Amino acid sequence: MAFSVPASLEAELDELTTHYPVKRSASLMYLHALQEHFGFISPEAIAWTARKLDLQPINVYELVTFYPMFRQEPLGKTQIKVCRTLSCALAGSGALRDHYCKKLGLDPHKHVPQTTPDGKYTVEFVECLADCGNAPVVMVNDDLRGKVSLAEADRVLTQ
Amino acid sequence: MSNAETPAPAPAGPPPVETLTIKVDGRTVQVPKTMPDWQGKPQATTMLQACALAGVDVPHYCYHPKLPIAGNCRMCLVEFGTPVMDPATRQPVKNEDGSVKIARSVLPYEPGTPRGAIGCATPISPGMEIYPNSPATKQMREAVLESLLINHPLDCPICDQAGECKLQEYSVQHGQATSQFVEAKVHKPKAVDLGPRIMLDDERCILCTRCIRFAKDIAGDDALGIVNRGSYNTIAAAPGMKFDNNYTLNTVDLCPVGALTSKDFRFKMRVWFLKETKSVCTSCATGCNITVGSREDTVHRYEPRENDAVNGPWMCDAGRLNYKWIHREDRLKHVLIRGQKSNWATALKELTAKLATVAAGSAAVIASARQTTEELYLLRQLAAKLGALTDSVPRTQQADRLLVSADRNPNSNGARVTGIATGELGARLPLIAAGIRAGTITTLIVFGEDVTQCGIGADLLARLELLVVSDILPNPTVAAAHYVLPGCAHVEKRGTFLNGKGRLQKFLKGVEAPGDTRPEWEFLHELVHAVTGRNGYTSMEGLFNQMAQDVPAFAGLEWAKLGDQGVTVSI
Repeated sequence: MAFSVPASLEAELDELTTHYPVKRSASLMYLHALQEHFGFISPEAIAWTARKLDLQPINVYELVTFYPMFRQEPLGKTQIKVCRTLSCALAGSGALRDHYCKKLGLDPHKHVPQTTPDGKYTVEFVECLADCGNAPVVMVNDDLRGKVSLAEADRVLTQ
Repeated sequence: MSNAETPAPAPAGPPPVETLTIKVDGRTVQVPKTMPDWQGKPQATTMLQACALAGVDVPHYCYHPKLPIAGNCRMCLVEFGTPVMDPATRQPVKNEDGSVKIARSVLPYEPGTPRGAIGCATPISPGMEIYPNSPATKQMREAVLESLLINHPLDCPICDQAGECKLQEYSVQHGQATSQFVEAKVHKPKAVDLGPRIMLDDERCILCTRCIRFAKDIAGDDALGIVNRGSYNTIAAAPGMKFDNNYTLNTVDLCPVGALTSKDFRFKMRVWFLKETKSVCTSCATGCNITVGSREDTVHRYEPRENDAVNGPWMCDAGRLNYKWIHREDRLKHVLIRGQKSNWATALKELTAKLATVAAGSAAVIASARQTTEELYLLRQLAAKLGALTDSVPRTQQADRLLVSADRNPNSNGARVTGIATGELGARLPLIAAGIRAGTITTLIVFGEDVTQCGIGADLLARLELLVVSDILPNPTVAAAHYVLPGCAHVEKRGTFLNGKGRLQKFLKGVEAPGDTRPEWEFLHELVHAVTGRNGYTSMEGLFNQMAQDVPAFAGLEWAKLGDQGVTVSI
């Protein structure tokens, strides 16, 4: 499938570029918009961004690899982010993530985002989700859940 | 590349340089207030530059005088102090003994702890004191070095950089014998194919970004960057893209460690076995200064040799890799008389007899602008005696914006000043061809060219009564020659080239020539002496000095005055 950015999105980004003193400064906003639209940042998206902003692909690729929020592969339909920062770790988020991995047939020893072969779920460890009082915290897509027990964890998978 | 001329005695003396007085290691030194930055523009003198002027070497990895400053390796951290100023009078506060009170730099929240600053990017100020050898500075260096080595594989025994590696050198000078690091090292990509000539070992990399800056700011090819984050930082090109411009191999020289390696040189030779010979690149009229690395008469690499009047510290990849022909199996190794192996004594004796009887105007000399100036000069003497037409062969291709000249001959100007060629090289070649066709030219002397490629085909060569050819490799002109005199590559002899901008540069002999080959200037000297009766020198030095007397452009020059960097003459 050929890479193509909708005209409306491109117009939006062109307008956005004018808000910055130098074009390069708009790189992050381009990447956010492209990830929002395509679900991940493909090599074509990197090349397109570089072309639009008079950059070299390596300049954009550096950004994409630096920020964990940018994905270079499509994610699962449901994204499960388990917090591993101190409060959640103490409250058992490790076991929680292991539980997800076991249930979904993923490797608990891999510390990178993993997606099930059917493309339904992505499980990953993330840093603080800013809800330490409700540890352990899990974010399912854009929905934050606190005090997640193993039973509650299972409910996410059946919803 | 700056166009700095050779230091000529300025009539009025140099303009006064504004200086600052500082102390380095307790010694008072006066240093210029500004110094040239990587582009040659004056910038505030840095602590590192001031220390260098005071004769104190500050270790560094990321700093390079010809690249923009990055300040990321932290190796050049030094402890320093500045005069304490009275806030009311804005005058320096004095100690009881009358000396200026100095405040050593300390951590703002921890006044007992010295705080260093990076020498490469910190400008000096009046009265500053730099302590490049203080215990605090030493401690900082040890810590930085230890940190740089945390994820380094320490595979020195098989690393190409071993022997010329700044990690090794600084470890000896500033390192600690043991590491406190007991954790597992981060593993990064190895043997990364970065481009057609470059292989990258990311584990050895210390992320100084010299290669990135060179690619972007010098070569104009922003192809490299740092990807990933933290301990996983890795030098890379964008996926699917190659680091491929005509200057990539300079990053191998720039790399202070063994991360960037030349595919051509990789695993071929330990650098400490290489004999280094000062020479000049022959691939174009720029005449980049090079160091030839050879071992036991085999050339293993060329590296650029810094000369700000010519090539700065760089050279192009094409020129750097243009040495393989020197050791080709089919090198001409024997003197041939009508295809039969002979020897120098016989050939030169016969040639002397033949050339002595050549009728005036019936001979022509085609001498390559790849021959040395001395050889061209000798051939010009011979041509004058024979009343011969002379010329060289032009080699014109596209120039680039950095170093590569459109003229791919190393010595076109040498051919011009010696009178072998006038103005445009090759202008007289059609005349010579016509003369051979008309039967007025019956003797042709060719040095270093295949004339069948420039309008004098095998049919014309067959009409000649005498065809004398000196060359290094076989070609159709050599095949047609009555006398073949095997010559030498530039690394096998001494001589000079006059570059496109009039820089006369000498090169020295690095390896012995194979077989019976002799440097052209040697046998030409014998031949020209025998034919013309003119002599007066027995060595390259003597020959050069003789030439300098005869060639107006070289007036006043002597071999010894050429130095390692050559001199600019007016052409």
